[in-house]
Amino acid sequence: MTEHVDRSEPEAAVPQAPAAVTPADAADAARLVSFGLQPKLQPARDQEYTELLRRYREDPSFARLADAVATGLGLVVLEVSPRAGMAVTAAEDSVFAVRMSDYARRTSADGGDRFLHGLAHLAVAAMAFPRPEDLADDGYIGRVTVNGVDAFVRQACRRLEERAEEQGENTDPATDAPGLEAAWRIWIRRSAAGATKDARRLAGSTTGIVGKAVAFLTDSGFLQRTGDDHGGTYRTTARYQLQVRDMAGSAAMAELLELGVVPVTDGTPTLLPAEDTDALDLVADAGLPFHSA
Amino acid sequence: MPFGSMSDLGPSLCTVTSPASTDRVPPQLSAGPRPAPGPAADEGLARRLRALACTAPLHDLDARKANLAGEYSVYGMAEVALAAIDLVTLNMDFDTGADHDQIVARLIPRIAAQAPRRPVAEHERVARWVLENLINVGSVDRGFRAVYGTFTPDGSYVRRDYDFKLIEEVPGPGGTVYLRTTDEAVNVLVGALDTDVTSAQIAAEVKLEVLISRGRLADAQLAAEQARYRTVQYSETLRRALDATRRNVRAVDWLNAVPDMIAEALDHVADRYRHENAILTNIRKARDETEDPEHKRRAAELVDIVKECIRRHTQLQSRLLEAGPLFRAEQDRQAFATPLTTSGIDLYGHLVAPVLPLPLERAVRVTDAFFAHGTGLRTPVSVRLGDLVDILLTPPVEREHLGAEMPEPDLIATPDDSRFSEEQLAAAMKLLDLPADAPRRLSGLLAEARRQDPELPYLVALLAVHAASPPVGTAYRQGEEKLLFAVDDGTELDDPEFGGADLIVGTALLDAAGMAADRTEAA
Repeated sequence: MTEHVDRSEPEAAVPQAPAAVTPADAADAARLVSFGLQPKLQPARDQEYTELLRRYREDPSFARLADAVATGLGLVVLEVSPRAGMAVTAAEDSVFAVRMSDYARRTSADGGDRFLHGLAHLAVAAMAFPRPEDLADDGYIGRVTVNGVDAFVRQACRRLEERAEEQGENTDPATDAPGLEAAWRIWIRRSAAGATKDARRLAGSTTGIVGKAVAFLTDSGFLQRTGDDHGGTYRTTARYQLQVRDMAGSAAMAELLELGVVPVTDGTPTLLPAEDTDALDLVADAGLPFHSA
Repeated sequence: MPFGSMSDLGPSLCTVTSPASTDRVPPQLSAGPRPAPGPAADEGLARRLRALACTAPLHDLDARKANLAGEYSVYGMAEVALAAIDLVTLNMDFDTGADHDQIVARLIPRIAAQAPRRPVAEHERVARWVLENLINVGSVDRGFRAVYGTFTPDGSYVRRDYDFKLIEEVPGPGGTVYLRTTDEAVNVLVGALDTDVTSAQIAAEVKLEVLISRGRLADAQLAAEQARYRTVQYSETLRRALDATRRNVRAVDWLNAVPDMIAEALDHVADRYRHENAILTNIRKARDETEDPEHKRRAAELVDIVKECIRRHTQLQSRLLEAGPLFRAEQDRQAFATPLTTSGIDLYGHLVAPVLPLPLERAVRVTDAFFAHGTGLRTPVSVRLGDLVDILLTPPVEREHLGAEMPEPDLIATPDDSRFSEEQLAAAMKLLDLPADAPRRLSGLLAEARRQDPELPYLVALLAVHAASPPVGTAYRQGEEKLLFAVDDGTELDDPEFGGADLIVGTALLDAAGMAADRTEAA
């Protein structure tokens, strides 16, 4: 809920007679929202869409009407612009929200699988926007490959494994407490690929899980497939950047803070885990306000 | 000790630990001075338990072969499994791994040797069964789990899960899947390979040289094979480092660690290359000078192994030389982009890196939050009852099982380039259709043919020569009644165009009825 809030300011500065909202206006506003619900639709390809977007940006009362329609449907407006179109996303508990249990079977029964699917989505985003600048720069187009995402997570896990070995830790989890197993072990334990009878990707392998994630994101209009190399190559869309920046990143961060983990980086670089493990240790008093350097 | 199924693994391993734990538990109960077994003292035991667990899947194969449908006890499954691990290790390439089908194909001779009378299909089934069990296809992780116990720092006893793989599947180019052996498997295979690669390699080379100079080729072959495993292991370490660099320059220490490693590896390659060429010369000499055929064979095998080692070194070297330019290119790409001052979220540093070390039950809360807010929206499907009825009542669309219509092929008439025409053949056959009791000389036939057509004698001569060795067997099987034959009785052919023997050409009658009777009798 960012940009459209600003629209009310010129309206406040130049008071107008409250124009009566006609049913036709409401229909147009709802039409615009319905365009937003088709994430793969490109604004530039549809004249009506383009026209409604222009009206949203020029007519504040129409903008407020469209926002209201979206909110009423349980949608959050991320941005309305020619590049991203009417970028809306599902609010929590809205009928449009995607549930993990619908997304993949087994996830309700198996915490490990649930984690793997979630981590795959997080890793795709981290690979697509490796540096904070990339996420902030509106013109940036990220590129990911399925095998690349898997390899990158594996490498991060292997570093943790090596570090644990250096410190002489025994990371084998206790048999009766699978929930206490370190998260990185779950990924490294799962095989990267697997032969299947019909030469498709093995769904339970990590490349299968990442492949599912990118295919789903492509359906959501967040990624576009560009090739078949390295298990499938994809590039990001403006909507994905908005979604990750304004919704997912902050939500996951809030959850992490609630767990008492305060990740501190020096603000400039990226894609590299903070070298000192102290930053990853739990902080005693949870809920410290997050500060980036 | 026989191992049960994998689920029995825990208990059977615990039997191994039990003597140790009975020793240790009483002092703990007596609450006396803290028992000696801290994690440090226990570490060696844990390591050995894990090593022991790695061999369990192999024993398990022999235990479980009884459960297979069919009689499989004749096969030594553990032997096949070790051979499979061996093959995969040797066929692992720098970039990919070993091909699944190729490994199966190479395993079959050994399996066939174990049970030569069984069908090949069964041998292949055994190969696939062993390979699938080494991958452990049935499990979600495609790996193995063993349970063992250790003491925590505070002296309490904890059972732990040890997860390992022997053969893992990795994605190859073009969506294919390749096999690689894991470090655990290599350890199971050659034992105690978990040592410093370089020093182990030097030791192996020295040993090899000594063995060859003493003429002990059987031992030398073993040493050479070990040297090859180490070379593969070396490339594997390097491959991982380069892969990591390609993804992220900063993930690898390019200030010290990697340049050191590359320099070391280049030295190693140069050194080994010199070394192995020297060895090669030595073995070749041994191969050529030795009288004993067995020695000769072994020496020849050794030559192949050492050549293969040299090939791998060369491959390693070319990768090493590419490493520097790769780093610089990646540095340009990754590090010198214009920095923007921003306080945005660093997805890796702020989320991925902190989440991975968390315990699963906490980490999953973060990934769930990301998933819930990062997947966008799905428009829910709403069904009207009327539509539903229509959908359910619509007959399924007929599949076009014949496929698309084939375009009419555009045929081009090929020119008829036969030497003789059909009419000529008919005329020649008529000429050669001789009564069984009146054979004729070839010279007469040629003269008669020449009167009909100047080209015809060539065809007649050809047919007559062909009849000099008539296909009696074929004619017999096909139930022919007569057969053209030609016999040379020493008379010279007197003809303006042809030379050679003036053959007697005639027709032999075959006893078709008798032959048919013979055939039915034989059947």
